[in-house]
Amino acid sequence: MQKLSLRDRIKEARVSAGDSFRGGKLMSSIFRPGSPFRKGYVDSPRNRSYVVMNNVLYHLHPVKVKRHGVRLSYTLCLGGLSFFLFIVLTITGIWLMFYFRPTELAYVDIQTLQTSIAFGSLVRNMHRWGAHLMVLVVFLHMSRVFYHGAYKAPREFNWVIGVILLLLTLLLSFTGYLLPWDQLAIWAVTVGGNMAGYTPVIGAQAKFGLFAGLEATTATLLRFYVLHVLFLPFIIVIFMAVHFWRVRKDGGISGPL
Amino acid sequence: MVNIPEHLLQRSAEARAKALGISVEQALAEMKGESDPTVISKEPEVKIIDETPAPAAETPAPAAETPAPAAETPAPAAETPAPAVKVEEKPAAKAPDTDAPDEVDFAPEVKVTQRLLTVVKAKPIQKSVSEPVDKVNTWPHLMLPEFVALMAMTAFLIFLSAILQAPLLEEANPNVTPNPAKAPWYFLGLQELLSYWDPQIAGVMIPLVLGLVVWMAFPYIDRNPETHPSKRKFAIMFYTFFLAGAGVLTIIGVLFRGPGWNWTYPWIDGIWFDDLLDWIHFE
Repeated sequence: MQKLSLRDRIKEARVSAGDSFRGGKLMSSIFRPGSPFRKGYVDSPRNRSYVVMNNVLYHLHPVKVKRHGVRLSYTLCLGGLSFFLFIVLTITGIWLMFYFRPTELAYVDIQTLQTSIAFGSLVRNMHRWGAHLMVLVVFLHMSRVFYHGAYKAPREFNWVIGVILLLLTLLLSFTGYLLPWDQLAIWAVTVGGNMAGYTPVIGAQAKFGLFAGLEATTATLLRFYVLHVLFLPFIIVIFMAVHFWRVRKDGGISGPL
Repeated sequence: MVNIPEHLLQRSAEARAKALGISVEQALAEMKGESDPTVISKEPEVKIIDETPAPAAETPAPAAETPAPAAETPAPAAETPAPAVKVEEKPAAKAPDTDAPDEVDFAPEVKVTQRLLTVVKAKPIQKSVSEPVDKVNTWPHLMLPEFVALMAMTAFLIFLSAILQAPLLEEANPNVTPNPAKAPWYFLGLQELLSYWDPQIAGVMIPLVLGLVVWMAFPYIDRNPETHPSKRKFAIMFYTFFLAGAGVLTIIGVLFRGPGWNWTYPWIDGIWFDDLLDWIHFE
């Protein structure tokens, strides 16, 4: 019998331990057939399809995509990055909600967050710069779609949904702008709210509804907080679902040019 | 014996009576086995056969007994089918063969008038119009680059957040108005427009009418189906103008406007935009 070297014996032991774990009942119950985490995954067209089909998260994608669409230079991944930034903002936002009260204590809460809470400053920075980045990336995504003529039939309606999503992104960013309750926040929102006051016919009402009064107060803060953490995310998720669904139904990615 | 419902029996008896030219009662009796069935003796007058070539119809069978007699003989007609009849498929197959007169015995005794109504070409009832598209598997060709992009974005965001501090000024005070008071950067282009024109036009009509209505309806306005930039120069130009205009206005609003919304140079007078507090420092 041939004697194995130490390295080969270690490798053999590692493979057999890995196989018995990956082929065990636990892993088989968690991962559906075709998953690379299951024992016996081989790189075959069938398994490549299963990876996408048998996973609820990857299911957003079709099993196959047009070859030109996976070139990085075609989309720059801007739509996907917009969605990803939304997820990052949701996670950091939920974390920030633990330390924030939308009252006259808001400013103190932000100060405390920055000075006394572990990673408080980092997470707040991520939320703020991430929000600016999301506005930018959504805008760039729209520009990419325009320059590729990707809004043309049959994708006209998805462009309309996209413009609504851009609007909702701006509203989310704008409502979040007030929450630190510092001089920058209150006056930026005052300027923005005064613009809404110039709306023909219903200007005064629009401004009153936005400010919950005649000017930015803690009532405005509460209003913007509820819009920012609950109402607008709720609406935007619905529109995102329609947007992604229509991307698939309208024949996947547009092009090639 | 199977019990046939009376109304069905009646109906089929009527049909049979009509076909054979007998009375309904008689047909009914025949069907019930009460009388002998009427024998059908007469041949159908018109017979439509679409594969049989026409020549046989023109010449009765006995005529073939005399080999190749005259111009009416069907034998040459095997090569040249009779006019008004389009038969391409094996025309000689059933044509009387002059070399084998025995076969004539099998020709029908009845005079058959036949004509070809139409030739239906065999084709699928559903036409497939989709062209094969060059596709690749999402896993791994799309998901791996996507994953890399997400990781890069996360790294960039954490890096940015580590080196740049988000601004936090003094506590909000409605009694102290900063000069200038600036909106968030994505509204600064609008704020800049507001300084030129009447707020009704610049603050509402442009963003609402141009920004929303026209923007949303754009696919319905631009009916040009081409997607290549060289074939839609006006649309490309339109968007690029919009992009450049919005960019210039926003940059002016962010960097070049100071107290009283007066023109300032960032490298001389500093930056009057608090969101950039920690970004750029001028001494």
